[in-house]
Amino acid sequence: MGFRFDLLLFMIALLSVPVLSDRILSKVDRRIDLTTQAVRITSTLKVENAGSDLVSEVLLAFPDDQAKHLAYLTATNNEGKGKAKSSSVSFPVDVVRPKGMPPSLTFYSVSLPKGLGKGDSLTLEVLAVFAHALQPFPERITQADIQLVVFYETAHYLSPYAVKVQSLSVKLPDARIESFSKIENTKIHGSEIKYGPYENLPPFSYSPIAVHFEANQPFAIAQQLIRGIEISHWGNVQVTEHYNLVHGGAQSKGEFSRLDYQARPHVRGASAIRHLVAKLPPRAHFIYYRDEIGNISTSKLWGDPKKTELVIEPRYPMFGGWRTAFTIGYGLPLQDFLFHSEGKRCLNISFGSPINEVVIDTLIVKVVLPEGSTDISVSAPFPVKQGQETKFSHLDVVGRSVIVLEKTNVVPEHNQHFQVYYKFSSLSMFREPLMLISGFFFLFVACIIYMHADLSISKSSPSYLAKLQWYEVQAGVPQVRNIFDRCLTAHDKLEASLRDLSRTGDVQACKASRKAVDNLLKDLSKDLKPLLVSLQSSPQAAQILPKVEELIAKERELQEKLMVKHSTVVDSYEKKLSGREIENRVALQQQKITALRQEVDDLLDFIDEI
Amino acid sequence: MVGRAEPVNGSVKSGSNQSIPAAMQSPLKKSDLIPNLSLKTLKLKTKQQELLIRVSILCLVYVLAFITRLFSVLRYESMIHEFDPYFNYRTTLFLTEKGFYEFWNWFDSESWYPLGRIIGGTLYPGLMVTAAIIYWLLRFLRFAIHIREVCVLTAPFFASNTTLVAYFFGKEVWDSGAGLVAAALIAICPGYISRSVAGSYDNEGVAIFALLLTFYLFVKAVNTGSLAWALASAFGYFYMVSAWGGYVFIINLIPLYVLVLLITGRYSMRLYVAYNSMYVLGMLLAMQIRFVGFQHVQSGEHMAAMGVFFLLQVFFFLDWVKHLLSDTKLFQAFLRITVTTAIGVAAIALGVGTASGYISPWTGRFYSLLDPTYAKDHIPIIASVSEHQPTAWSSFMFDFHILLFLFPAGLYFCFKRLSDATIFIVMYGLTSMYFAGVMVRLILVATPAVCLISAIAVSATIKNLTLVARAKNKVTQTGFVRGSSSSKGSSKASLDQSQPFQRNGAIALLLGAFYLLSKYATHCTWVTSEAYSSPSIVLAARGAHGNRVIFDDYREAYFWLRKNTPPDAKVMSWWDYGYQITAMGNRTVIVDNNTWNNTHIATVGRAMSSYENEAYEIMRSLDVDYVLVVFGGVTGYSSDDINKFLWMVRIGGGVFPVIKEPDYLVNGEYRVDKGAAPKMLNCLMYKLSYYRFGELTTEYGKPPGYDRARGVEIGNKDIKLEYLEEAFTTSNWIVRIYKVKPPNNRWERCSIFTLGPHRAALPFSGNVSWLGRITTSLQTLGLDEWIYRCPKC
Repeated sequence: MGFRFDLLLFMIALLSVPVLSDRILSKVDRRIDLTTQAVRITSTLKVENAGSDLVSEVLLAFPDDQAKHLAYLTATNNEGKGKAKSSSVSFPVDVVRPKGMPPSLTFYSVSLPKGLGKGDSLTLEVLAVFAHALQPFPERITQADIQLVVFYETAHYLSPYAVKVQSLSVKLPDARIESFSKIENTKIHGSEIKYGPYENLPPFSYSPIAVHFEANQPFAIAQQLIRGIEISHWGNVQVTEHYNLVHGGAQSKGEFSRLDYQARPHVRGASAIRHLVAKLPPRAHFIYYRDEIGNISTSKLWGDPKKTELVIEPRYPMFGGWRTAFTIGYGLPLQDFLFHSEGKRCLNISFGSPINEVVIDTLIVKVVLPEGSTDISVSAPFPVKQGQETKFSHLDVVGRSVIVLEKTNVVPEHNQHFQVYYKFSSLSMFREPLMLISGFFFLFVACIIYMHADLSISKSSPSYLAKLQWYEVQAGVPQVRNIFDRCLTAHDKLEASLRDLSRTGDVQACKASRKAVDNLLKDLSKDLKPLLVSLQSSPQAAQILPKVEELIAKERELQEKLMVKHSTVVDSYEKKLSGREIENRVALQQQKITALRQEVDDLLDFIDEI
Repeated sequence: MVGRAEPVNGSVKSGSNQSIPAAMQSPLKKSDLIPNLSLKTLKLKTKQQELLIRVSILCLVYVLAFITRLFSVLRYESMIHEFDPYFNYRTTLFLTEKGFYEFWNWFDSESWYPLGRIIGGTLYPGLMVTAAIIYWLLRFLRFAIHIREVCVLTAPFFASNTTLVAYFFGKEVWDSGAGLVAAALIAICPGYISRSVAGSYDNEGVAIFALLLTFYLFVKAVNTGSLAWALASAFGYFYMVSAWGGYVFIINLIPLYVLVLLITGRYSMRLYVAYNSMYVLGMLLAMQIRFVGFQHVQSGEHMAAMGVFFLLQVFFFLDWVKHLLSDTKLFQAFLRITVTTAIGVAAIALGVGTASGYISPWTGRFYSLLDPTYAKDHIPIIASVSEHQPTAWSSFMFDFHILLFLFPAGLYFCFKRLSDATIFIVMYGLTSMYFAGVMVRLILVATPAVCLISAIAVSATIKNLTLVARAKNKVTQTGFVRGSSSSKGSSKASLDQSQPFQRNGAIALLLGAFYLLSKYATHCTWVTSEAYSSPSIVLAARGAHGNRVIFDDYREAYFWLRKNTPPDAKVMSWWDYGYQITAMGNRTVIVDNNTWNNTHIATVGRAMSSYENEAYEIMRSLDVDYVLVVFGGVTGYSSDDINKFLWMVRIGGGVFPVIKEPDYLVNGEYRVDKGAAPKMLNCLMYKLSYYRFGELTTEYGKPPGYDRARGVEIGNKDIKLEYLEEAFTTSNWIVRIYKVKPPNNRWERCSIFTLGPHRAALPFSGNVSWLGRITTSLQTLGLDEWIYRCPKC
């Protein structure tokens, strides 16, 4: 109540102040909406120029106590009443300090571009939104108590001008009203209290009233909200919002009983914040909801082509004074928010929080532009503090420019679009993928170089020489192997010629192929000699050499046996012996050949393993 | 692939030329179709193909090891699991934010209040430094990732690296085939996955890699006798020491191995070089870790390594003398003298060291490893941890599956081809299997050995079988050729008669082996997804409609603590939750999972098992502001504090004999229902767990106060708290937090002084108004001092 007393004192001070008599307010109609925690006062002022000069501004006065909570103020001219809202013109509003005015008032001047001629009148629609204007009373309640708040206002419109006729209506969320100031002409209709009409009041009239009522709507206050908006020209605008939330209503005291809360959540915990609704733009995707220690699983998402609705529950129901912090993030399609204008790119995105119930003490919007953006400019529909910083994200070299916009006392009315203009070359988009590609390319090149370069320090150390020799041996072995393969092929050819013989009986052809194979084998054994010599000379080949030598011996033997067999078969054919006889004659040889062939194969396999 | 393509070619050929049978030998065709020169290049290519196949298998195994551990990330989210990882995460965060020196000198006042903890000197920094280096490296490469992601993925990354080490180890011990199989087996072995899923950011994650790396490098050093490998193994050892206390296993296994080699007469210069350089350098490096420091030369656990070191010197010296002295008799005499002196000196040194306290005796943990019953009798705090229990057979089966049967087979192969390397792997396998039997968590240490030895079994068996199958293949083919050429090969056919049977047998066995291996893969995947991928901080259950219900109560409570309590609030809870409270709740705790001070834990245990007024004294003396208990009665969550309560009693009673376990039991039975012991029904833990629970109906058709975790109706439904008040309870009641009320104003509190309405409660009446007289009159009445704190205030 001390607050009201202050105002009374201050009213007395007002009486000694000069009055601007050239403008009068012929009619003032005020509606105060107390249904949410942000208090909205809509005043319809009919301004008349009673003086002789052209009037170009109208002053609006607020007490300092109120002005410091003032979050949003607009003045529009509603020409056609009711329907023709499209023709409303909003006027620029600025803080002014007119001389000779009482000290504890803050003045805002509405500039009228056209001016107001003598005798003319104008209807102004002034919307003022206050944050933190409702005070919980009592300040501390238990879980079972309901939350009561008190609101102070003046029943008479505080203005530097004389007011002819005025009225005030206060709309409350609920019918339950603890108490309200009763002065003359006070009426109550359900949840609405009406003061007035009052007529012919002098400037700076003031009649304090207080309304004490039940308000169980959540008092969600974001002490700080950081919105990061990151543009990727690959088709995405990523929005990340870090909330630091507190329940700004009456502080809770005493026990919190989960049992009571579970049993009757609307009685025991009526004022608690259970959930918040974030209305995201349509086609939002990759939505997440988490905090410092991980994902929060209590959220629901609905989407339709017009909007996406995210219902989030904090980890715990929030009672008065309880705090929480969380982050929501979502991606938006780039083409919905980024446009081209006059050779520049223009990001057009909303400023405030998508959660409508929240009043924000400090809102920081950080627009992260792609690396390489230039000529950056911002246009916002209301004054904001601007700054710039640099952020390093994936694959950044010089960093991305970040536009930082800061605003205090943000209410849902601030949810308007703002624009960021910048220049960005489309080619820059490909810089980062190219960087990655070239990075990998150089990595592989480096690997190739490493594999091929000889990095040993001492070229004469025994281990180095041994290594070189070992490489030689390794190179030599496949050659040996190759020669043997060819030998075996030759053998197979011989066998094939025998089969042909059995089918066609052409002895000559068989002999010819025998000759060819003989030559081939001779050539091969010639080829083998230098390889063998080099193997013998190398100490590193000690392991392989005996095997190779064994192989050569076996192969020789095999070759001889084959030749013998071939000769026998050919002889028999020349002698026209029967198939069975030939078979009998060859059988023993064949058995040996098979065994030898097996051994040779085994040896070859062994060499392969080395 | 090549082998499979050939018969196809052959059959095409046989279509055009009927006389040549289908399965023709490839050289014949090639000589027909391709000139000789290309044959050479083709042969070279096969060699390269083999390399290519090997490398690509390794790459696949590497990737597989990583992705099979990502179940938890996909099911839940990228988060840190369980208890200890939260401490590791918190310290890593500190390291990346404040830098290494701050980290090294960090005195943490947020835990073990009021004692605090010197973090830098009481942890193994390897894991944190590793994660921080990866983080800094990625940052340097301009990947803007969060440190949490690095921490979550550190364990899978190192598991992948372990597969590579397993490959090289297998190659060193047996051959590259065994290496490949070992890599594949260890990549999915549940015994290893249990500690290395994504989010399981614990020391073991990197330690198993370090352990296997050290062993591999040491075996390599012993095989080659190269100083470079020995030094590398010393550095591997250093990394292991910096990462995990399990390094003690290395520093005891390697000397044991050296000893075995000495006894079996396998001493060589290679061994001498490898062990000495590894031990000396490894010791010096290990002493750089503050937590180890001089323990490495002073404590009993490390003495074996030192002893073997000196033994090796004696051995070398004798060898040298033997080389100088040609006379064997003289040498025998010298040998006797030297050995006697050496043993004498060693015994005296050990005796003096132990007596003077220079050599500290074995720690309890070490004892409990050697004697599984030791902890139960002497150190309840070790015995109370579930992962320190002796292993059940089922968990062996669960963690190893077919490896359990392949392990003996692998041992057989190792003994068949005995070398320095196989002796090592056999010893590693046998000792670690013993330890795995003693403690559940040490299955982890045994896993690499089991995988390697089983890989040897698998690889050797399959190789033998394929050799049989392939060899017979050739013979039958040649037989075929001949048969068609002369069309009468009856005698040859009889010779080969046994061979097709053998071949079929081999093929059948091969198929069986592949069936078993595929079963193993299925089992591993199933175990990983069902058992080892739950973060344990978020609980999931099936709802009534088959949907997944998530209980996120722990984080709810911790986050509430973080945001809604004063920043300097002290939270008392059982030590299990200490790390999580400091990491997620960001509040000071009395005790945590680093169980370094048994008395402090016992104090908390005592508070939990005392009556409320006694507990209040203890809590006041510890400046406790909040008490946190975990309660599963509503959800049926069984690992809650009531089920752990007996351990609190035991640990508390171990230090404070006031607490006696039988007080809480009825006929040796632990109960919470009406038949429970009166002390149980009125102790702090019971009251805090069941406060107002008696009014809640948990299950349809059951009376209110029905405890679903224990399946009984609780015995004390009318619980009143005097010194505490409920501050927060999570949505499923799993975590309950109570606020310790500040002491009331003395004059208000006691009715004796104010002569208020409670005066009737006092055993005397009278108009007394000052303290001295009251106290004396109380004393004359023979009452304890605390009685005059009126219980109703």
